[in-house]
Amino acid sequence: MTEPLLRVRDLKTYFVTEQGSGTARAVDGVSFEVQPGETLGIVGESGCGKTVTSLSILRLIPEPPGHIRPGSVIEFEGRNLLTLEPRELRAIRGNQIAMIFQEPMTSLNPVFTVGDQIAEAAIVHQGLSRRVARTRAIDMLRLVGIADPEERVDHYPHQMSGGMRQRVMIGMALVCHPKLLIADEPTTALDVTIQAQILELLDRLQAELGMAVMLITHDLGVVAGSADRVAVMYAGQVVEQAPTAALFARPLHPYTEGLLASVPRLDAPPAREHGRLHSIPGQVPAATAWPDGCRFHPRCPYAWERCRAEMPPLLDAGGEGEPGTHTVRCWLLTEPRRRTPHP
Amino acid sequence: MSVWTWLTLGGAAVLALAVVAELRRRLQTSAPGRRFFRHPTAALGLFVLAFFVTIALAAPVVAPYPPYYQIDIGHPNRPPSAQFLLGTDPFSRDVWSRLVYGARVSLGIGTLAMLVAATVGTAVGAVSGYFRRWVDATLMRLVDVGLAMPRIFVLLMAVALWEHIALWALVLLIGLTGWFGTSRLVRAEVLSLREREFVAAARALGAGAGRVIFRHVLPNAAAPIIVSGALGIGNMMLLEAGLSFLGLGVPSPAPSWGNMIADGWHKMAVAWWSSTFPGLAISLVVMALNAVGDALRDALDPRREAA
Amino acid sequence: MPALVDVQGLVKHFPGERALLGLGRPRAVVRAVDDVSFAIAPGETLGLVGESGCGKSTVGRAILRLIEPDAGRVTIDGQDVVALGARPLRALRRRMQIVFQDPYGSLNPRMTVRQMLAEPLAIHRIASGADAQRRIAALLEEVGLDPSFAQSYAHELSGGQRQRVGIARALSVEPHFLVLDEPVSALDVSIQAQVLNLLAELQRGRRLTYLFIAHDLAVVRHIADHVAVMYLGKIVERAPAPALYAGPRHPYTTSLLSAVPVPDPKAQRQRIVLAGDVPSPAHPPPGCPFHPRCPHPKKDARCRTEPPALREVAPGQLAACHFAEQPL
Repeated sequence: MTEPLLRVRDLKTYFVTEQGSGTARAVDGVSFEVQPGETLGIVGESGCGKTVTSLSILRLIPEPPGHIRPGSVIEFEGRNLLTLEPRELRAIRGNQIAMIFQEPMTSLNPVFTVGDQIAEAAIVHQGLSRRVARTRAIDMLRLVGIADPEERVDHYPHQMSGGMRQRVMIGMALVCHPKLLIADEPTTALDVTIQAQILELLDRLQAELGMAVMLITHDLGVVAGSADRVAVMYAGQVVEQAPTAALFARPLHPYTEGLLASVPRLDAPPAREHGRLHSIPGQVPAATAWPDGCRFHPRCPYAWERCRAEMPPLLDAGGEGEPGTHTVRCWLLTEPRRRTPHP
Repeated sequence: MSVWTWLTLGGAAVLALAVVAELRRRLQTSAPGRRFFRHPTAALGLFVLAFFVTIALAAPVVAPYPPYYQIDIGHPNRPPSAQFLLGTDPFSRDVWSRLVYGARVSLGIGTLAMLVAATVGTAVGAVSGYFRRWVDATLMRLVDVGLAMPRIFVLLMAVALWEHIALWALVLLIGLTGWFGTSRLVRAEVLSLREREFVAAARALGAGAGRVIFRHVLPNAAAPIIVSGALGIGNMMLLEAGLSFLGLGVPSPAPSWGNMIADGWHKMAVAWWSSTFPGLAISLVVMALNAVGDALRDALDPRREAA
Repeated sequence: MPALVDVQGLVKHFPGERALLGLGRPRAVVRAVDDVSFAIAPGETLGLVGESGCGKSTVGRAILRLIEPDAGRVTIDGQDVVALGARPLRALRRRMQIVFQDPYGSLNPRMTVRQMLAEPLAIHRIASGADAQRRIAALLEEVGLDPSFAQSYAHELSGGQRQRVGIARALSVEPHFLVLDEPVSALDVSIQAQVLNLLAELQRGRRLTYLFIAHDLAVVRHIADHVAVMYLGKIVERAPAPALYAGPRHPYTTSLLSAVPVPDPKAQRQRIVLAGDVPSPAHPPPGCPFHPRCPHPKKDARCRTEPPALREVAPGQLAACHFAEQPL
């Protein structure tokens, strides 16, 4: 195995709640690696900690109320980002690691032209002159598929549609040719046809620029089409991690299994013929009070005493590839006979 | 006499403190209450208001002399002393006693005028924002005209028409020229609230305009109305003081803080106290109202509701 | 069976800014809904699908007269909704209800769940006092909430619970027809499935008729009997669900279907990625509104000039495309 580009180990990001009475353990012991050039999908529902994870990597967590616990490690090309000086960190942010956000409406500054905003990163990180940076901005607009880039470069964000703004955001993120792009729900606010455009664009740019992508989303369909490997998060932890094909062919964690079964699909029979959609009972617990033992046990159809008492570690599920390619945080792996739905 | 004066003064202060402490204790259980008292000057402002309200309500007990009583017409302008807490004025009346009775007039006029303004402003703003179209266009042009008119001249003209203005008329006048800002504020709130889905849901359920406005829209607009009301009382009081100072507001010899300043004005050089203390009282109360208003704004901000 | 809901030629234009201090004539017009027709049989679900800005939500609200339609006829339960005066309209509101997308915005933050559910009972004089309390408890149970939730305020509930309260509120007046305006779009996947199941159960149990508005074709496929696809204020295709999903006739439907991400890495189909953005409904393109983005290889001058009519191209299947006989 090659040296990973990004290695996150035992990341814990906690928040002190307003009353000061409790601690929200938003991210609680997350570990994963991103290899150069690959796409890692991080999937989970709201409140699972996927966005906090991505913000923690760039140390964009507001402190207070948040803080990254000592002992957490975020290594980018072998350097621990958590111990860097602010100056060194700034040299990495936006330059080697770039990020795009969900909301293309609010992530752009309304009083600057899109050209200025794209050029800014190039000026700051690469010391380009204004003129050269402007040419670079036009190139970026062309790269992200915006027609008439020479004209568009002087437009303001409000003159563009949501899809175009997201393209501009991607252009901004890529202007310094980062090695890692963190895309946090990049298509959630967009219509399906525009979403398809943006996903295709990300795929193409990744191939052209050879960067790694961390694709954070709630949409299993999006990761199925774009990711090489997938990490499923639940209640602040990674509960299953596997190559995309293996995960969808053989989901082993009951949460992954339930999630996959509860998505209405174009390629499966509808309710009229089939009856109910599978649904996971209950709801995600609050981050201030994760359940004891396995955090999924109150909603799990297979749970038994051990699940209530003891938190399972990430266990190796075997399958193809080296050990550790498919890991699952579930005691079922030690007692596979229990995997029969309860009456 | 003077022991009683000090006793009542101390009593009023203790009572005001007790009110603040009790409020603090009761509100500590709710999130908005905690946010209110987190504001650095909120408790102080509340104390000042509680103190003045107490002495206003208990004026006959607190004041050592009747407000019109001329103690010794031969010796006016006595400086503050143990007997005359804040001295006496050019007409030889006890300034403290008049300040106490004046609190009734000034606070009363300010509060009542604000109630008038808030009621009219809320009604106009709600109707304008809810029904929109020509209703809105017409009412808002009216408001533009109202805001463009120099208020003090309008009041001066109106007051000049009366020989001797009654207090209720003064309240109405100040209130009815002061609702324009409130109506704009309420209209803006209503315009955004009426687009919210819970309002559409209420209409879909068959709720009429009145029910929608009173049960769904206005309760959600209450916070900004209350805050602007608290800040507005101070404004109304200053206006009353200004008019009274010009001799057009509360007629002498009835004491209001404004005409007390006017009464002592000419003797400022020899008897600074008879104008200064009512002036200080106005400043204190207005500052206290602003502090409480700001703290209310923080406390009632609906964006913090979920937190 | 006669239709429970019948919509003919529905039109809603939104005026732009008004000149002359807000008193003058409105400027340019946005054709939010432009000649939309459909019918829904009792107990059935019509899925109304389209991207943001296509006018699908406006259709839902114009049918219920939450906004006043400019033209068209809407019949619900045999009554002409558009022609009704204020009083009979309020009475008819017992028969037609709406559930909204945003579980945060659709509940009054200053009211408890009990107050929200008691209000419609009071408005229509359905029940009061102990009888009302009994009904509220029963409603909460019907939507899968413990009756103790009656004391809660909206901000104390999760997204899924709020949506259940919104459904209970709509059901409180015992309607026959429900407009479901993106009822699960704002919910997490696992909660979305719970709410969809609940809606399906309620429909069976109460014989409800649904207009299910959504942007997600997979969700609509799960619940709808018929589907209508909207683009720029017009219905471009309308068909029984199985026919539409098996053989879409309009190139927009085909593209929309192919753009939906499928949670199966092996099933990566031939994706049609549409170029460009949806044009502004204030300035729709001439001819077929879809022609600037249309991927159909036969697209010609006629598409740019002549608006295609919505016509039957297969039994029960209508499409507004000059080339509907040669689908993509």
